Amino acid sequence: MRTDISRINEHTPYEELTEGLMMFAGGTSKSFKTGEWRTNTPIFHSEKCKQCLLCAPVCPDGCIPVKDSKRSDFDYDHCKGCGICVKACPFNAIEMVPGVEPVINS
Amino acid sequence: MAGYNLKEIMNKPERLSPGHRMCAGCGATIGVRAVLRALHEGDEAVIGNATGCLEVSSYMYPYTAWEDSYIHNAFENAGATLSGVETAYRALKKRGKISPDTTYKFITFGGDGGTYDIGFQSLSGAMERGHDMVYVCYDNGAYMNTGIQRSSATPQFADTTTTPVGSLSNGKLQPRKDLTAIIAEHNVPYAAQTTFTRDFKDIHVKSEKAIYTEGACFLNILAPCPRGWRYDMADIMKICQLAVDTCYWPLFEVENGTWRLTYEPKKKLPIEDFLKEQGRFKHLFKPGNEDLIVQFQEEVDRRWEDILFRCSR
Amino acid sequence: MSIKDRMSGNEAVAYAIKQIDPDVMPAFPITPSTEIPQLVSNYIANGQMNTEFIPVESEHSSMSATIGAEAAGARSLTATSSCGLALMWEELLVAASNRMPCVLALVNRTLSGPININCDHSDSMGARDTGWIQIYAENNQEAYDNMLQAFPIAEDEHVHLPVMICQDGFITSHAVQNIILNEDKDVCEFVGEYNPGEFLLNKGNPVAFGPYALSCYSMEAKKAQEKAMEDSKAVIAKVAKDYRERFGRGFTFFEEYRTSDADHIMIIMGSAAGTAKQAVDDLRNQGKKVGVLKLRVFRPFPGQEIANVLQNCKSVAIMDRTESYNGHGGPLSSEVRAALFESKTYPEVVCYTYGLAGRDFTVEDVYEIFEELENVSSNNNISIIQHRYINLRTKEDR
Repeated sequence: MRTDISRINEHTPYEELTEGLMMFAGGTSKSFKTGEWRTNTPIFHSEKCKQCLLCAPVCPDGCIPVKDSKRSDFDYDHCKGCGICVKACPFNAIEMVPGVEPVINS
Repeated sequence: MAGYNLKEIMNKPERLSPGHRMCAGCGATIGVRAVLRALHEGDEAVIGNATGCLEVSSYMYPYTAWEDSYIHNAFENAGATLSGVETAYRALKKRGKISPDTTYKFITFGGDGGTYDIGFQSLSGAMERGHDMVYVCYDNGAYMNTGIQRSSATPQFADTTTTPVGSLSNGKLQPRKDLTAIIAEHNVPYAAQTTFTRDFKDIHVKSEKAIYTEGACFLNILAPCPRGWRYDMADIMKICQLAVDTCYWPLFEVENGTWRLTYEPKKKLPIEDFLKEQGRFKHLFKPGNEDLIVQFQEEVDRRWEDILFRCSR
Repeated sequence: MSIKDRMSGNEAVAYAIKQIDPDVMPAFPITPSTEIPQLVSNYIANGQMNTEFIPVESEHSSMSATIGAEAAGARSLTATSSCGLALMWEELLVAASNRMPCVLALVNRTLSGPININCDHSDSMGARDTGWIQIYAENNQEAYDNMLQAFPIAEDEHVHLPVMICQDGFITSHAVQNIILNEDKDVCEFVGEYNPGEFLLNKGNPVAFGPYALSCYSMEAKKAQEKAMEDSKAVIAKVAKDYRERFGRGFTFFEEYRTSDADHIMIIMGSAAGTAKQAVDDLRNQGKKVGVLKLRVFRPFPGQEIANVLQNCKSVAIMDRTESYNGHGGPLSSEVRAALFESKTYPEVVCYTYGLAGRDFTVEDVYEIFEELENVSSNNNISIIQHRYINLRTKEDR
């Protein structure tokens, strides 16, 4: 009875919603893209990054993926652009730019 | 406790997924992520949650941010609800319905409203009965979900929507309740107070102790709310550092009745440094209100001395 | 094989719980249900059952912990009365809407104020729209039998709703009467093992309970819950039939006592049905065609079935052991009149309020009520008070 949330939306008839509105799955929120909330966007300058990872735990949204003790680029599908990581970085490897797109306007 | 290594710890899979609807810059989910990172890989967990920002934002049907099993029941009963879950675990294990090599841990999150106030009885009961669980309070010092109403965790003089600053009012009248001490006085095996420090070691070590100490444990995390406190949301780490360096939010733990300071500022900063960053205390800096800051400082000093005394015994 | 014994209603329900041996029971003491958790605690203390008992700090917490345990995959129940039920009111709704097949042993007691420990139905009737199945007992035997049917109903895949097993405070809960108990192994077979499909402690299969739901889902969720309540009727009937076949006792939605040819019928719930049946026997001896419909299941409400029983009678007395404060009768009155209207069945109907906070209700009261029914149905011009209190002192008595 595992839930396929792609089948649950505002058109789903009552007989086909999950019993008691339970969710028989974990982590389904990933398909909800909060990235569009951003008004400012962090840019990752990997060349400046020393991989100290001080930025990774401060993110309220877990948008700084870490693998093998190294961070990679932001999860822009979900990053809300709060800017906490920018201030946590001791090496200026994260820059905040205006707008929802992760591009530097020259 | 093995040596803490942030770079190792951050390799763990996220147990709180993105896509939740907490505000940008929210302190609560920073706290949740930190606590869940302390779970050992391979251990299962059931997460409880009192009604509040975290609950309505992390499980909005059909989107759950929780990778582990999760139960939200109501506002005032996260302690009791997880008591039931934890007891069910023991009952089912006893009857062989859960394999003996499966380990479940029970962690419940509540805001200060759901913990200090409406959920206090349920929390106290769960702590006194000694269920093998951790109650984690993310303390942002007001009922933020309903729009910044004062709670018993709200600091004195804070401007909230039910203690508004006005021509006859300087904000909240009373200093905050000291819940960590109250829970420690339940004689639980582990109670601690923490917040976000640069390398997150304090919160990690305390979370791991709380999760892996048998019995009822309590963790109180200062989790700033940019909207309710009115600071620039990017500044959360600075706010937390000022909270501990002014001794507004001392970092300590109480293990089997022994109090221990886990951080002592090299130089205790004046409380203004913490207050002036936040819009909710803006009125304290108006001419004529100097005595209010003095009063605030005296309360911080008195409580800090008290903790030093307890920790020196 | 069955066992003959003497027990109070509380003892009978506690004995049923011992035989069911649920996984978890949180409870908080409140008169007159306190004996149930006491007796269960004694059984546990002496190794006679394996249930984990949680001595919670309030009834709100007892229902909260019951929900937590049930969600975790444990068969769970609690017991309470009166203000305890009122305190857990919010949680009753959560249990039902989360589709928890848990059980509550309710010992009916009046609600404050004034504070009073005796029986009426104001507690459970106040909770009638919380989404719980409600089953009432006339005596200790029925309380026992109903308790054993609770989990098979609740856990049925077409139901997944909580069940409240009600008995009258003191009158049933504390009075010792003869009782026939079933053998442990027969109870075990009848109740069966609980194997939920989805639950919190299902390793590798995480589940999330209690979402925030937007308006685009909430109404659908409530309808699905209502559908389960409708569907529970067939399950209640099947479980009652299975129980009757195995143990030889019990009714489905109600007991019809001498109603088939009755001109005048009293509808009543709980222990007072015994009084009513005694009075019916007495009046039958005088040649009066009277009967009693003793309602067992109040939720789901068997409206059509009740209307069918009443279709040929001249008049009906509806007996409410609670006040609705709506100005025209109690909840049973409202439900029965709605059912009669819907089925286009129109006997004379008089609504009575009786037995509040333990006020006596005697066979003489029943004689008087049937006499009134007879007058109403034989004389169209008579003016009677539609909503009358039995055994109430008024200035007119002076």
